Amino acid sequence: MSSIKQVINDAVEKVRQPNPIRLRDLIRQIRSAKTAAEERAVVNRECAYIRLTFREEDSVWRCRNVAKLLYIHMLGYPAHFGQMECLKLIASPRFTDKRIGYLGAMLLLDERQDVHLLITNSLKNDLNSSTQFVQGLALCTLGAIASPEMSRDLAGEVERLLKSSNAYIRKKAAVCALRIILKVPELMEMFLPATRSLLSEKNHGVLITGVTLITEMCLQSPDMLAHFKKIVPNLVRILKNLIMAGYSPEHDVQGVSDPFLQVKILKLLRILGCGDSDASETMNDILAQVATNTESSKNVGNAILYETVLSIMDIKSESGLRVLAINILGRFLLNADKNIRYVALNTLLRVVHADNSAVQRHRSTILECLKDADISIRKRAMELCFALINGNNIRTMMKELLTFLENAEPEFKATCSSKCVLAAEKYSPNVRWHIDTLLKVVEAAGNHVPDDVVSSTIQLISETRAEQAYAVGELWRHLSVAQLEFQPMIQVSTWCIGEFGDLLLNGQADVTVEETQIIEIYQKILWSSQCSITTKEYALTSLMKLSARLNQEVGSIQQVVSAFGSHLNIELQQRGIEYSQLFTRHNHMRGPLLERMPPFEGVRGSGTEGEKGGVAITNGLDNSPDNQSLLNDLSSPNNNNNINSTHENNESNALLLLLGGIEPGEGDTVQASTSPATSTTNTTPAPRSTVNADILDLLGLEPGPTAPSSTTTTSTSPAQLSHTNNSSSPALLLDGLLNNTPSTTTTTTTGIAPLSTPTANSTTLPTNNFIIPQSLSQPSVPGIVAYDKNGMKLDMTFEVHDSVTTINMLATNTSLAQVTDFLFQAAVPKSLQLQMMTPSSTSMAPSATLTQVIKVNNPSKVPLRMRMRLSWQANGSVVQDQGEISHFPPALWQ
Amino acid sequence: MQFMLLFSRQGKLRLQKWYEAHPDKLKKKITRELISTILARKPKMSSFLEWRDLKIVYKRYASLYFCCAIEQQDNELLTLEVIHRYVELLDKYFGSVCELDIIFNFEKAYFMLDELMVGGEVCETSKKNVLKAIAAQDLLQEDEIVEMALRDMGLI
Repeated sequence: MSSIKQVINDAVEKVRQPNPIRLRDLIRQIRSAKTAAEERAVVNRECAYIRLTFREEDSVWRCRNVAKLLYIHMLGYPAHFGQMECLKLIASPRFTDKRIGYLGAMLLLDERQDVHLLITNSLKNDLNSSTQFVQGLALCTLGAIASPEMSRDLAGEVERLLKSSNAYIRKKAAVCALRIILKVPELMEMFLPATRSLLSEKNHGVLITGVTLITEMCLQSPDMLAHFKKIVPNLVRILKNLIMAGYSPEHDVQGVSDPFLQVKILKLLRILGCGDSDASETMNDILAQVATNTESSKNVGNAILYETVLSIMDIKSESGLRVLAINILGRFLLNADKNIRYVALNTLLRVVHADNSAVQRHRSTILECLKDADISIRKRAMELCFALINGNNIRTMMKELLTFLENAEPEFKATCSSKCVLAAEKYSPNVRWHIDTLLKVVEAAGNHVPDDVVSSTIQLISETRAEQAYAVGELWRHLSVAQLEFQPMIQVSTWCIGEFGDLLLNGQADVTVEETQIIEIYQKILWSSQCSITTKEYALTSLMKLSARLNQEVGSIQQVVSAFGSHLNIELQQRGIEYSQLFTRHNHMRGPLLERMPPFEGVRGSGTEGEKGGVAITNGLDNSPDNQSLLNDLSSPNNNNNINSTHENNESNALLLLLGGIEPGEGDTVQASTSPATSTTNTTPAPRSTVNADILDLLGLEPGPTAPSSTTTTSTSPAQLSHTNNSSSPALLLDGLLNNTPSTTTTTTTGIAPLSTPTANSTTLPTNNFIIPQSLSQPSVPGIVAYDKNGMKLDMTFEVHDSVTTINMLATNTSLAQVTDFLFQAAVPKSLQLQMMTPSSTSMAPSATLTQVIKVNNPSKVPLRMRMRLSWQANGSVVQDQGEISHFPPALWQ
Repeated sequence: MQFMLLFSRQGKLRLQKWYEAHPDKLKKKITRELISTILARKPKMSSFLEWRDLKIVYKRYASLYFCCAIEQQDNELLTLEVIHRYVELLDKYFGSVCELDIIFNFEKAYFMLDELMVGGEVCETSKKNVLKAIAAQDLLQEDEIVEMALRDMGLI
């Protein structure tokens, strides 16, 4: 009985076999899978079956199977084995097969695939088909996946179809032509005649694709741009008809007539009018009309207004029109739609440098955006606010920005506080205000204050003698009520109180403080579990300094300091031991050692070229530029940074001193370099050999941790040595006492080494060894390879001075042919200025090089991008290429 | 436009259209990255995000996200209109379209997109013309089915 059933079942199966399951059923099966594994099983089973039918050359169900495969592909499974089947479908005479075949080709192939040779033939056939929809499918596919080879092979067909009488074909051919010239720019010429008729078209599909095609041609070639200047009146007329014509249901979008076409025309007008006063003149009126007549209550109207504003700002438009444009953006800022506010801020940010005063008028609205619910809008608003700050509005702007800073997301706090410091530096009305602002910034940003803000605050207080009493009083007020939660504020406070604590006590600071109160606070900080090690390092050194400022409490200071001799943290332990030595064995020199630091103002003045630029650098925004320039100096002594050579020399001496320690063989260098460093600062110079020996000691190159008699000379000068380095290199100075950065830790330890216990010595060793090579190997700004194709290689190296980046381009002819007429052209975003120097040559023998200097001024510090166009002659033919360089190292603008 | 992605609130890809050639691996990586970034965004955030050197414009319609990658100089507000136009077309075609329509008829959704845009550029701004072209092509397919059935039965 059961065997009969089996036979029947088999028979039924056999009859069913030829019909594969339908797409719909497969999708249902896959969707009903409860687990990923189950889904995978269904898919694998089906894929195996599909492969089988493909192998059997089953043409009846090929279409259905490819469709299923495309669904499977979308789920993320491999489907490349369907590529050939797509091509077979395309070759089929049935429209259904072609439709799925072309769809599959667009999804499974892209321009890298080898099968392209095969598809090109099918495309050629179908482009010549008598059915418009078959032609349409072929054009659509070509538009999506055309490769350079396909473009060359099929350009003729496309050009012919561009002149077809059928609008459905013409519009698609125009997009294909666009794709072709993107892939192979030299084919542009052949489409030029056909473009003429595209603009006199009634059909909007043909118009919009025609305008798009012409736009691309103008962008690609200056000749085309010049050629198409004459169509400006036509474009103006089309646009006018669009906005003047009454309601046309076919192209209406919420009361606006064909916004898609309007935007394309506005964009082309912008390109044609850019830098051309005649063309700009012709389009002034229509732009004003669009700007005033477009309904702005809906997104679609605002899309057009936005495009209009961009065009007005880019062409040489009348000043009244520009104000109108900025007012449109101002109105956008009040719009309820967040997208529109975002776009407005973005656009304002682009134009703020060109029309600052017009943007200023919307300052209050922009300030309102700082409170927006959308984080990206707040971010834009913040950037825009900093671009708007000037000497007149700094007080109000800073007030708002400080409120913003206080409530800002942690990720904003660091950049915002750095920018506040820069702005205050540039525009502060007076020193008192400046100090107040910096203190507020440090307070508002809490623990997110970057180190550079801490150091610039300290620096400012250090160099303004008249305000020190005020500042230290303010800081004491902060510190006496501080919750010890925010480290940067404590660091600034302890540093200043350590330096100027006497002002606090002798009543100059407008507060009455008892010595015991100070000690109490310091004890709180030093034993608090909330305070970071760095803060404690600040506090300990500061407390040590106070031992020379206070009268009664020196004993308790000594107690606290010596307690640190057994601290778990090595750095603090070492300080504790060193400092307690200053109370006992070397008590007689404690006073002079802990003298007030010389103000840093000399540094600020001679820092770098002129005015405030130097400060921007010491602020450390460009990750320790001092260190960088120093390294530059070391690696390329003939660098043309002559401006501050003396200053940098001293710095390099300081580093060389350290280097000398590592390489005992280079004793000469060490001697040569130590002498200027010590002589410029007039401290008691330790005998050079001793310094050298000490460093060797420290690095463990020679045994002998116990100090010989000569070490006393050096050991007396832990602070002096750091003074030596300090006064020669400002950045080191700050850190030297505070022990912020690794390099200075080394400096200080160098001097103190003989004093400390052997254990401390050996533990600091690895740190030293680690630090020096690291700081040495750090490149200034890494160079990039901008281009490496067609036998031409362009290397770029960079030098940054303030906002000006100097790009040294080295072109190398890597081909075997002689290169002549080498031409490198570049363009940068609008907010940047570009200056190209003449190249060292225009021809290169094989593997020869030439250089060209490019200067980019980037005042707003936007990410640098560059479009470049290259051309040269080799082997009698012209090589042309273009591209965009977008991988510049971010260090160039950060 | 460089590419367009449709995906569900659960992060499942429903449609992908690439106008720039990328290896499959990269496409998958980009898709994954964008889906997770966009799904993590809060409703009160704007519809735009800057991503690599592109601008991403997205909008949610019911359970489906429509996401387009456009170039720096492109108009993001207008891109929202393009997305909306596409949704309107699907809606007209399927009759109040829902996610399931697009899942089960994904090829039709692709055909519709191809009539609206070619190579990432809008090539038809009239809704009527797009729907007309689609209807005519569907008819062509139906004719073929009828013809095949007749041939199978030996009637022609």
